[in-house]
Amino acid sequence: MGPLIVLLWAVAVIAACLVAGWLFRTVAIVATPHTIKRELRTAPLTASFGMLVIVIYIFVAIFAPLIAPFPEREIVGPEYMPWDHIHLLGTDNLGRDMLSRLIFGARNTVGIAFVTTALAFLIGAILGLLAATVGGWLDQILSRVVDVLMAIPALIFSLLLLTIFGTSIPTLILVIAVIDSTRVFRLARSVALNIVVMDYIEAAKLRGEGLWRLITREILPNALAPLVAEFGLRFCFVFLAISALSFLGLGLQPPMADWGSMVKENATLISFGDITPLLPAGAIALLTVSVNFVVDWQLHRASGLKE
Amino acid sequence: MTKTPLFTGGVSRRGVLKGASALGGAALLGPMGARMARAQPTQGGVLRIGQAHGSTTDSLDPGSWENDFMILQAHTRNNFLTEIMPDGTLRPEIAESWEASADAAEWVFTIRSGVQYHSGRTVTAEDVIASINHHRGEDSTSAAKPIVEGITEMRADGMNVIFTLESGNADFPFIMSDYHLPILPSTDGAIDPMTTDGCGPYRLDDLEFGVSATYSRHDGYWKDNAAYFDGVEQIAIHDAAARQNALISGQVDYIDTVDLNTVHLMQRAPGINVLSITGSQHYGLPMDTREAPFSDNNVRQALKYAIDRQQLVDTILNGYGSVGNDHPISPGQRFFNTELEQKTFDPDRSRYYLQQAGLDSLDVDIHLADAAFAGAIDAGVLYSETAAQAGINLNVVREPNDGYWSNVWMQKPFCGTYWGGRPTEDWMFATAYSEGAAWNESYWSNERFNELLIEARAELNEDLRREMYFEMQDLVANDGGTIIPMFAAYVGAYSDALAHNDQIASNWRNDGHRISERWWFA
Amino acid sequence: MSHIWKMVFKRLGLGFLTLFIVSLLIFLATELLPGDFAQEFLGQSATPETVAAIRRQLGLDLPMHIRYIQWLAGVLHGDFGTSLANHRPVIDLIGGRLGNTLFLALYAAAIAVPLSLMLGILAALFRNSFFDRFVNASALTSISFPEFFVAYILIFWLAGMGGMFPSMANFRGDPNFLDMLYRTFLPAITLTLVVTAHMMRMTRAAIINLLASPYIEMARLKGMTPMRVIVRHALPNALAPIINVIALNLAYLITGVVVVEVVFVYPGLGQLMVDSVAARDMPVVQAVALIFAAAYVLLNLTADVLATLSNPRLVHRR
Repeated sequence: MGPLIVLLWAVAVIAACLVAGWLFRTVAIVATPHTIKRELRTAPLTASFGMLVIVIYIFVAIFAPLIAPFPEREIVGPEYMPWDHIHLLGTDNLGRDMLSRLIFGARNTVGIAFVTTALAFLIGAILGLLAATVGGWLDQILSRVVDVLMAIPALIFSLLLLTIFGTSIPTLILVIAVIDSTRVFRLARSVALNIVVMDYIEAAKLRGEGLWRLITREILPNALAPLVAEFGLRFCFVFLAISALSFLGLGLQPPMADWGSMVKENATLISFGDITPLLPAGAIALLTVSVNFVVDWQLHRASGLKE
Repeated sequence: MTKTPLFTGGVSRRGVLKGASALGGAALLGPMGARMARAQPTQGGVLRIGQAHGSTTDSLDPGSWENDFMILQAHTRNNFLTEIMPDGTLRPEIAESWEASADAAEWVFTIRSGVQYHSGRTVTAEDVIASINHHRGEDSTSAAKPIVEGITEMRADGMNVIFTLESGNADFPFIMSDYHLPILPSTDGAIDPMTTDGCGPYRLDDLEFGVSATYSRHDGYWKDNAAYFDGVEQIAIHDAAARQNALISGQVDYIDTVDLNTVHLMQRAPGINVLSITGSQHYGLPMDTREAPFSDNNVRQALKYAIDRQQLVDTILNGYGSVGNDHPISPGQRFFNTELEQKTFDPDRSRYYLQQAGLDSLDVDIHLADAAFAGAIDAGVLYSETAAQAGINLNVVREPNDGYWSNVWMQKPFCGTYWGGRPTEDWMFATAYSEGAAWNESYWSNERFNELLIEARAELNEDLRREMYFEMQDLVANDGGTIIPMFAAYVGAYSDALAHNDQIASNWRNDGHRISERWWFA
Repeated sequence: MSHIWKMVFKRLGLGFLTLFIVSLLIFLATELLPGDFAQEFLGQSATPETVAAIRRQLGLDLPMHIRYIQWLAGVLHGDFGTSLANHRPVIDLIGGRLGNTLFLALYAAAIAVPLSLMLGILAALFRNSFFDRFVNASALTSISFPEFFVAYILIFWLAGMGGMFPSMANFRGDPNFLDMLYRTFLPAITLTLVVTAHMMRMTRAAIINLLASPYIEMARLKGMTPMRVIVRHALPNALAPIINVIALNLAYLITGVVVVEVVFVYPGLGQLMVDSVAARDMPVVQAVALIFAAAYVLLNLTADVLATLSNPRLVHRR
């Protein structure tokens, strides 16, 4: 394939994505109530495409057993079967249907990543904002604890914790969420520190606003942008954390499918130019890009820029 | 109780004589007699070996050697009393010859004279005693302690070393080839276990644990027609893809382990040869026979018929291996039971045995990690699929690789294991199947088997001995606590530039870990 | 300025406290891991007798707190002890690897930090343009691939048969500086791809967040070029979160790259740490953990000092 053809293909794919995004936005605007409708109109095509992908992923995740042509764990043929009309994406290293594994993987991967990230932000952002607003000893204690936790490399720390506590899904979620929340804490605190010294916060304090109100009404809205940007990335880092853990021999319990481990299981094939491992990796990448396109749109809206 | 029963058997007078003459016969062939050279080997070049193992926590202490990096190091730097040849026979190495007493409880090894260490010193009988002594005694931390425990006394007499054993053992010279037992220089009756000296084919120039080792040829090496390379480099490359890339792009000449997922693609790469050697390496799934439900042999049998061995060989080993029959003796060995019915996947029979055990269905957990053997978790997943067809609900629990051997193996009632195999039937059975052995993974105790083990060790009549080993294999297969679904080949790969003898040793990876002295650049 | 110095000293003091607590935590965690050094060291060949002998000889049969205090006393005297496994001084084991780790981290940072700042500023300048979307999408795609997978792809393209770069990044045979850069090119690029997106997006977000501020409007109304507005007015005020993210990523480059080390066969500290944890080789685990923690504390401190300096209001915080 010459470079020109690759370029043509790339242009065609991008165009198709944008058209899909446009179609989705048009349909969504028609189908939704008035308030949402107005917001949707401001969505650029990239964000529309992002939303379309997210909706598809959620749909696939929820209805996985109905969509997948084969069960998650059933061995349906010999290993590494090529793509054909029965097994659209061939079979994996044990002879399980690749497409079905990908579909079930959406459920496990996206579900786990979302819960983990949400938990990490709940813990990290609340404590971070609190530390910056209250200051004093609370800030000192929280910051020192976070310092200690962050001073231990995340991968090695999670390796230690998961070896001690086992690798059930709740532990996995909790361990990664706690380690991730330290990063969120730092960011939230440092952003909030810049806001706390603003004049309008002084004014609010003088008005006698309560702590909770101060944080949620005055500080959070102004700290939201960097936090939202961080959310988009942290979400994706959870996939990577699971993948790196499975590289070191830990991870989800078999025979559950998750994209991170699927990349790991098939990764050596790429050395011979076989693109099988690109499928789960591509699924992760597509979702990451989509989530962040939507995040960018919201970021832009939050910044109040009109152009 | 960790006393190994290796040395507890009584050996009759005739048995020893016969064993000794057979072994002596191998010795008489001379250093090169057993080797059929394909082409005239040439001297020169530096052999670069990429290895899947090696850890930064390795040590020079021979008692600690456990991974392929250190074992290859052992055979590159050192010599041993005896050497196992590519065809499986034993020949003397540092020992020039040996002789046993009538009851095989006293062995006299005559040490080869004039063998030089890299430092210039000469190997003495005292060195041999000190080298073995390092693994013995109350304070020994050596992994080889159980295998030399049967030695009660050693003394030197000129160039002779006289071993006195607790009880007779016809396989004693085989044990002296163990990789933990290199001959090292001694002072005042003790070796320095951290020495880098040795009397093997290559001098160790530099060693960084878990990274690499470099060697240059030992010019005073005593063997003729051996050690053709000017130098050797060992490089630890843990990642499978990195290892393959290193070979394909010419950064190493040989890799000791190939990822079986991609071996078919590797084979197509130009200038690369895949080397597959099937020996006695086998993968197993031991059950704790003391614990319910595994204490009931019907349950064990049900589980043995619920596994699809051929599927495991095809999928997990990608065809590089052969099906196992729940005993550790490989088809290449002397007393392999050719009459034993090969177990196959048979859900009906599995159900039958379940009914015999009074069960309709069975729920069991199997604890696996890829530390047990490559592909163990996948093997468990495949097994659980076939077991389901027999009404067995097998739940695969993925354990961390970290701490597997201390926390899961021989601790959980159903787990995974691998064995490199042992050169003799007796050694293998005694190590992992006899009652009270430290590594009896299934805690199996069968009176008849234990009797036969001791009896067979003493029996000299080949036919009677064969009969006994046949029965023992039958017992292990149909009453034992370990499912052995497959024998895995050692699969490596090397560049076209390398050449080797027609026959390649199957006792270990890397031509019996002696690739450095047996191979050459064509 | 004295305010800053006071803060630095206070933070350094706290840093030592952090190191102490980290060492305690790591010690406890390693103790909690199943199996101890004696069992892991012998692995499948362990027998109760040999395990007991090892424990006796290395003092592992002593109670936990005594072993910790012994270790701590040694460290306070500058003695990090010897590896339990091969009896080499911990300092010797770490020496060369620390150099390797820092070399690779600096190499990757030297590429990644300027690159991501530049891309971030440009993306903010041309926000929502095709350029912005393209840079964003590519950066995001590159970080959604696991590190080892990025490494495999780079190796396949750039190091395969007749490739331009070596897939193994070792320093055997005393290479010169240029040669070292050449041999570690692929791992450095892999790490660059891994960390760039995070820093780039934070730069972009922080700048865009400020663009609606009145003073930026003012600057724009005065007729400044958009580039000048961003570089002179927006960027200085957006520095705090950017510096923060850069510090985090630099710390990651030093402490978190074990997977890249494994794939490129690069002898760094990460591999040593993982091996030592697996073997429960406590003195080595502790020493490496302390180095990682110290790197983090120092980078963090630097980031906070710079962030404070960048915002006068923080310097004079009441």
